[in-house]
Amino acid sequence: MNEDGATPALLVEHVSHSYGSRPALADVTLRVAPGRFTALLGLNGAGKTTLFSLITRLFDTKQGRISVEGHDIAREPGEALRRLGVVFQARTLDLDLTVMQNLLYHAALHGIGRGEARVRARDVLREVDLLERARDTARRLSGGQMRRVEIARALLHQPHLLVLDEPTVGLDVASKSVILAHVRRLVAERGVAVLWATHLLDEIAPTDDVVVLHRGRVVATGDAASLVTQSGTPDLRAAFSALTGPVPAEAVA
Amino acid sequence: MSATAVAARPRGFTSTQYAICLAGIVWREALRFVHQRERFVSALVRPLVWLFIFAAGFRQILGVSIIPPYETYVLYDVYVTPGLMAMIQLFNGMQSSLSMVYDREMGNMRMLLVSPFPRWYLLVAKLLASTAVSVLQVYAYMIVAWLWGVDIPSLGWLTVLPALVLSGFMLGALGMLLSSAIRQLENFAGVMNFVIFPMFFASSALYPLWLVQQSSPTVYDICRINPFTYAVELIRFALYAKVDAISLAVVAGAALVFTLAAILAYDPSRGLIARRGGGGTP
Repeated sequence: MNEDGATPALLVEHVSHSYGSRPALADVTLRVAPGRFTALLGLNGAGKTTLFSLITRLFDTKQGRISVEGHDIAREPGEALRRLGVVFQARTLDLDLTVMQNLLYHAALHGIGRGEARVRARDVLREVDLLERARDTARRLSGGQMRRVEIARALLHQPHLLVLDEPTVGLDVASKSVILAHVRRLVAERGVAVLWATHLLDEIAPTDDVVVLHRGRVVATGDAASLVTQSGTPDLRAAFSALTGPVPAEAVA
Repeated sequence: MSATAVAARPRGFTSTQYAICLAGIVWREALRFVHQRERFVSALVRPLVWLFIFAAGFRQILGVSIIPPYETYVLYDVYVTPGLMAMIQLFNGMQSSLSMVYDREMGNMRMLLVSPFPRWYLLVAKLLASTAVSVLQVYAYMIVAWLWGVDIPSLGWLTVLPALVLSGFMLGALGMLLSSAIRQLENFAGVMNFVIFPMFFASSALYPLWLVQQSSPTVYDICRINPFTYAVELIRFALYAKVDAISLAVVAGAALVFTLAAILAYDPSRGLIARRGGGGTP
């Protein structure tokens, strides 16, 4: 339960993970509240993608516990995964299939029948302004369009929690802002909880919940504004720098 | 862009939803196959080259005595046809394996693995999809072979189907198991050298085992422990509406073992995939 009594959309408790003898995550604890935008902020190599692999059960959680809306990912993987929409950092569309076929395949993987799937696919494609590209093969889309299709696909089974691993990496400024604005609207209008992994400080709003991950450890949590206040620094970049050391230039781009 | 409200949902999945998932995976495999026309052409050309050239030459020098299931002397191209049918399935199984390694490298595999259905079910569904594609290829080959003059019993067209499903499933499971152990696409050439060729040549696909035994008892022993031999014999007998019990038992047993091993290998807590990046680069 959350402090306010609601079950967290995502709860990660004391999770550690290592690749052989190399530790990747150490005693990570975080929560994503329902209907909140939570930024998982960390530089490259901080452990964000490893944490995503554990949340999505690509890796088994050997130490600690992860639950989605109260469903333990290890004990009830089906219940947890069906409540979870995922956008991986790497592109995961089948480039040889059309946009619609990619969505229908995903719908089948969630047990959604063809008729219902077509209706939902059109709805989510309309939301990302790509309905007119439904019959194009994924290969013909731009990077930003592919990402929007992936977000549409992640919403097809109507999850309560959306996790996105660096979804704007490699995109131009316009595509970045379109995607970020759409995800924020999902939070505001649909009540979807979002975990947004990023190393880009300009993607974080003052009211967002922020979890700072550094070298596999959570070094700070709270809303962005309070992180700045607590650190006694003028802005989020300075606060982040105080927590993790000098911030590379690309982290503010 | 706009957004609508989230919905509550019941727990678990119905049998209809399981069927939808299976149908979706089969449909996607079929679509991929259709898109890869060269894959279909090469799947068909490979055994036909053996039939048109290799069998034509061997017909003159190799006599096949009356051995079960044959009740008369048969031409070599009749003898070799079940072996070539199994070869199509062997190559298809390895092609599916290659496809899974590619999917893993490209990230597509992740979308399958994060489906809420049980992972064993997803993998079995993928195996069934691969089997369905291989059976279609075999029937395409049978039609061409029949047009070429190879005698295929009328009833055999039907009775061979269960054998093709089982052998296709076994070889698909072997391919899936191998895919879990292959780190990169580049390593796949080794599969050709160390799996496909030895399995095919050290079997009863091209020569009757009694002939192999006469020339080399060691190779004969290898053929006897090669599950592909039993897939060939299962198909050979099924073409004549007969069941070879030993072949059935070996193929079914091997299918079970390979499937369980593949499921274990793709299990996030125990398998090789857990150590290698779970469906893509971490």
